Amino acid sequence: MSAALPPYADALGIVLDHDEDGLPVLCVDFSKRIEGRPGYLHGGAMSGLMEMAAVAALRAELERRGERMKLKPVNVQVEFMRGGTEQRTYAMGTVTRAGRRVALLNAECWQDDRKKPIALAQMKVLLSPDE
Amino acid sequence: MEQPKSLYELPPEPGFDPARAASLMTRHGHGGWLGLAYHAHGPDWMELALPWREELVGVAETGVLASGPMISLMDNATSMAVWTLAKRFVPHATLDLRVDYMRAAVPGRTVIGHGECYKLTRSISFIRGIAHDGDPADPVAHVTGTFMATSGTYL
Repeated sequence: MSAALPPYADALGIVLDHDEDGLPVLCVDFSKRIEGRPGYLHGGAMSGLMEMAAVAALRAELERRGERMKLKPVNVQVEFMRGGTEQRTYAMGTVTRAGRRVALLNAECWQDDRKKPIALAQMKVLLSPDE
Repeated sequence: MEQPKSLYELPPEPGFDPARAASLMTRHGHGGWLGLAYHAHGPDWMELALPWREELVGVAETGVLASGPMISLMDNATSMAVWTLAKRFVPHATLDLRVDYMRAAVPGRTVIGHGECYKLTRSISFIRGIAHDGDPADPVAHVTGTFMATSGTYL
């Protein structure tokens, strides 16, 4: 993955943790900046992390194909399954389907137990050639 | 707190004062970092403002806001709409949230999140809302979702 993360990610401390089979795994340490109700991660921050991971996965896929595309988000649906606590949070995105015009991305977010995701996101992105 | 100057300035119920609650909710944590601020409210709706700033940008080249701050804005605005309609604070958790992006918000403009609670049951609240950057008739996003009361009930 070569794409730098945007200002929003930098400001919250979202960084690339490692690559998993070519898919970037992002992480963020807990801080007051991402706290919702006291002691818990804000759902919007979780969503933001998953969006970053989903888009990073798409960029990685497009790079492998050698395509330069402009991305425009169409929609996102987030399911919150567990409260996020005061610890490091991870997210990884997958490209479920990327055609010529639209990409369907999934992302999941977890903390200490990879098998117990705290949230899922599904996102559609419109693709157009970047000239 | 300032004394209300007219009936219109009175909170809808003594149990939940949306403006005061917003100032509490936006002083700390993620809401505070985002710079969320109270904008307006009615019997079943609540508006919060999200001022644009560089740190919230999702695409450096265009200056367009990331989707995280928009989701946080709508999560908080709709959450407060629930308590406004319930006329009291009920601890709850967001179950799901869907955001449809009509267009990108114009860089530099404050985004207003208008959240509305259209149905309360004992355990679940149903919400919808829009986000706009100046003209409510030309929204940047539509939102729907649900919350679940985690202790006590809404009704």
